[in-house]
Amino acid sequence: MALVEATEVSKHFRTRRGLVGDAGVVRAVDGVSFAIEGGQTLGVVGESGCGKTTTAKLVLGLEQPTGGDIRFEGRDLRALDRAGRRHYRKSVQAVFQDPYASLNPRMRIAAIIAEPLLVGEQLTAGEVRKRVLHLLDLVGLPGRSADLFPHEFSGGQRQRIAIARALASSPKLVVLDEPVSALDVSIRAQILNLLRDLQAQLGLSYLFIAHDLAAVAHMSHTIVVMYLGKVVEIGDAETIVRAPKHPYTAALFSAALPSSPDERREEIVLPGEVPSPLRPPPGCHFHPRCPHVMESCRRQAPALTKVESRLVACHLYSGANGG
Amino acid sequence: MSPRALLELEALSTHYVSARGTRVVRAVEDVSLRVEAGETLGIVGESGSGKTTLALTILRLLPPAARITSGRLMFEGEDLLKKSEAEMRRVRGKRIAMILQDPMASLNPLFTIGDQVAEPIRVHEGASRGAAWKRAGELLKAVRIPSPQTRLHQYPHEMSGGMRQRIVGAIAISCEPRLLIADEPTTSLDLTIQAQYLNLLRELQRAHGLALIFITHNLGIVAKMCDQLAVMYAGRVVEAGPVRQVFRAPVHPYTRALLNSIPRMSDKSQRLTAIEGQPPDLAALPPGCAFGPRCPSVFDRCRKTEPPAFVHEGGLARCWLASAGDTISGVA
Repeated sequence: MALVEATEVSKHFRTRRGLVGDAGVVRAVDGVSFAIEGGQTLGVVGESGCGKTTTAKLVLGLEQPTGGDIRFEGRDLRALDRAGRRHYRKSVQAVFQDPYASLNPRMRIAAIIAEPLLVGEQLTAGEVRKRVLHLLDLVGLPGRSADLFPHEFSGGQRQRIAIARALASSPKLVVLDEPVSALDVSIRAQILNLLRDLQAQLGLSYLFIAHDLAAVAHMSHTIVVMYLGKVVEIGDAETIVRAPKHPYTAALFSAALPSSPDERREEIVLPGEVPSPLRPPPGCHFHPRCPHVMESCRRQAPALTKVESRLVACHLYSGANGG
Repeated sequence: MSPRALLELEALSTHYVSARGTRVVRAVEDVSLRVEAGETLGIVGESGSGKTTLALTILRLLPPAARITSGRLMFEGEDLLKKSEAEMRRVRGKRIAMILQDPMASLNPLFTIGDQVAEPIRVHEGASRGAAWKRAGELLKAVRIPSPQTRLHQYPHEMSGGMRQRIVGAIAISCEPRLLIADEPTTSLDLTIQAQYLNLLRELQRAHGLALIFITHNLGIVAKMCDQLAVMYAGRVVEAGPVRQVFRAPVHPYTRALLNSIPRMSDKSQRLTAIEGQPPDLAALPPGCAFGPRCPSVFDRCRKTEPPAFVHEGGLARCWLASAGDTISGVA
């Protein structure tokens, strides 16, 4: 059984009626299914407006789905009682992009890290202190950090503190939303290595969101590629990186920057931009930019189909090309 | 290599001095670089490495607290440091243009796109409003803005991020500059839009014989776009050379560590080589080599004396390990 299982999850936002026109619906996440296995990383990639942040919020319970269901350890999140919800909130934690915004500048590090511990747990001051020191050690910071304030730390150290706080309630899943993109290049490897070590040591699952495809490929066991609220491809990370099937996945990975000037690869430059999620194109949302567009793509949205050990939503593979 | 480069920096230093003169930040220290016409130079560094100060020094757009303390800044055979402010205004936007990271901050929200693209043409070439607007329309077409005539009359908030950055590109090339400095031009763009923009820059460069300087923290951009590479650390250029050569055989331990620290798409099993510690405070640099405290190959000499720039085949490195080569410039 997967740790987290999302089935046909949707989150539609109703836009308010403006001065002109009617109220619309933004399908930020539209019928998305995925699973996060224990001790593994699910990487989510896609550009602005693809729904990856909304997906993270749904998993964190910060937004309620408007359709479908999310199961955690087999239990539907909506069916949880008080104790179940409390258990869920402790089991799912997050680390955000900007460690300058995510730490309260007026709290000492010990208080920041201890905060999740104090919610609903009867611990003595001594026990809390011991646990804080253990967490600091886990993320590679000296014990004396406990009595300092956030401004006394660099970006990389702050991100370590944010990770320590996320680990305080002994979670099973940590949502990592662009955890290294605000950091200096020479610091990113430290944090990525730390995250991988912690996963191996504590058996954590990650939902990893980043625009740096190489980092996602490096961290993930499974990759899900999203475009305008829908999953276009999902499968084993290595398979997808090595041989992407969906034309959008292929273009996205070809647009990733090379790691050396000797690296030669096919360059697919997509025309146009991601359309507004308020008015997505009919049929396959990707068809106006797709180099392989066919008649059926304009009319009918493709369903996810199994193609060589991964799922792809594209008429090229669905056998429904309709000639 | 032509005898005279388009741009040549010789032992250039820029320092920020606090109001009472008690605190000096050596943001750019003893930097020597050259850029040939039509060539692309990538300047790579982390935040605080001095790369943006270097770009602002070339344009002499530094904030009041900054002083260019030494060196020469030769552009098309003239020393820009000897020019008056009025003369510099005729260089900026005309012969040297710049693209900044955030296109929304470079465009004025209160003026139409047409006004803003036409402005440098009117200022530098004295063109009439009509003629300048006509050129602006052509420029928008050149940077692939769909229906340029309509766009001329619109405002920046009506465009997407990618489109705004292309408009900034149109403004930059409006007076056919010889050199274009791009400071992290694609960091705010999505991947597929970034790919479009980098291709556009390359086409513009070929069409106009532009020299490009890319200021970035992203080695991938350098691998894709640049001929030459200069790596900055704590205000110094610690390694420079042809891009292929530096990627294949980096000489400076910092360059090597940086290259090993980026994840690669091809092999995910490998553990990243992290660089321990963090970049130094420029106002309180360690004695000797500034990278010394983080360097895996540090030895006694590094802690005492700062290494000069040693020249080797086609490149240079500021590292005692490269000391088999000869030194250049007036190094203390």
